[in-house]
Amino acid sequence: MHLLDIQQLSISFETYDYRLRKRTMPVIQKLSLSVHAGEILAIVGASGSGKSLLAHAILGLLPDNAVLSGRLSFEGQALTPERQQQLRGKQLALIPQSVQYLDPLMRVGKQVEQAVRIGDARLERQKAFERFRLPQEAAAKYPFQLSGGMARRVLVSIAAVSGAKLLIADEPTPGLDDQVAQETLRTFQQMAKIGSTILFITHDLIAAAQIADRIAVLHSGELMEIAPASSFTGNGDALMHPYTRALWQALPQNQFMDAKGWQQ
Amino acid sequence: MKLEAKRIGKLMPNKTWLFRSIELAIHSGEVVGLQGESGCGKSSLCRIIAGMDAAAEGEVLLNGQKPSKRGYQPVQLVFQHPEHAVNPRWRAGAILTEGWQPDDLLLDTLHIDRGWLKRWPSELSGGQLQRICIARALSPQTKFLLADEMTTMLDAITQAQIWKTVLGIAEQRQMGMLVVSHDRPLLNRICNRVIDFHKLTV
Repeated sequence: MHLLDIQQLSISFETYDYRLRKRTMPVIQKLSLSVHAGEILAIVGASGSGKSLLAHAILGLLPDNAVLSGRLSFEGQALTPERQQQLRGKQLALIPQSVQYLDPLMRVGKQVEQAVRIGDARLERQKAFERFRLPQEAAAKYPFQLSGGMARRVLVSIAAVSGAKLLIADEPTPGLDDQVAQETLRTFQQMAKIGSTILFITHDLIAAAQIADRIAVLHSGELMEIAPASSFTGNGDALMHPYTRALWQALPQNQFMDAKGWQQ
Repeated sequence: MKLEAKRIGKLMPNKTWLFRSIELAIHSGEVVGLQGESGCGKSSLCRIIAGMDAAAEGEVLLNGQKPSKRGYQPVQLVFQHPEHAVNPRWRAGAILTEGWQPDDLLLDTLHIDRGWLKRWPSELSGGQLQRICIARALSPQTKFLLADEMTTMLDAITQAQIWKTVLGIAEQRQMGMLVVSHDRPLLNRICNRVIDFHKLTV
């Protein structure tokens, strides 16, 4: 069974122009996607392709002027706004893009312990710190006293101790240097190994190919292709869609500037 | 031409040194890569070299002289986040022509749609706005371009297109470039030499 099933999801924004005429701006169009239990599914796309909106739609965090159609279901049951509110932070967890989501006025150990649902909070926190290689002394610190990489691991710990079945990581790597970024990716792999399902939203195709089982490529709100991560190799001959192939070939590691462009 | 940073130091608000005694020289037509871990001071150094911030010690020299504070600045800096580099109350067209009047050829090679120019920055995507920021900085009077994570937020296809254009212009005009990035494969691909931030300290 699929853990999360998305059928024909469309999202648009209603805005008003200067004459107060209503305009509808479509941002995601008829997207269907299934996430299997225990896998890492990467969602790759350019900025503005709608990938963060997809995450917010799953969690029920879209702004008020967003209009949503289609069907979302989680563990076989429809994901209604009420159910989203019920499951958020319990079965569905978000690893936010920015470390500024931490509470600046609460010791980080406390923040992790607050997220524990089952078992002894303190013990679970200690285990999480050990697993993600955070010194136990860090629990007594405030977010501003931690380096960017450590703060990131605190965010991951919070998601891990929540025991959520589905973790959504929204652009967790940009702006991190290689070492910290690699560490974050390893953390996700570890979490998948102990039974979490991860939706990894990124524009870093290399990172996606490194840890994901499957990669979904989004372009201008449309799903181009879902390919196994193993297809992203060599010249990308195993990739079906020309956009996906162009995206792969344009990496500096591959043909880069000599790659054939993608014209719309 | 030669752009030099001589014994540059940056003092933090809490009176500790972020870095001291940084030495760096870039020649015309040269593409130099700069890498270092997050928070080591790469962006601060760029701001100082571009004349946007004052150095606590040391000096920046262009052809052995202190660059003038007046008129068009021959050392231009392009940031990672274009949203923070433009006036949100200016339309894209005004932002684009702030320093010079880019010609049609440049706008076409950067794939800048003329329709964007009537819009406000908030109505453009990061990639669209970044192209406008790049075109704005590419006046013929620009002798050195500092690219601080210029294409980090962009997808691979847009990134490759932008570098193709910018490197072409740099070669044609013999413009010098400093490319700051975490993306080692990118630096290896486009730079004549790549330096480590920590090796700049003398």
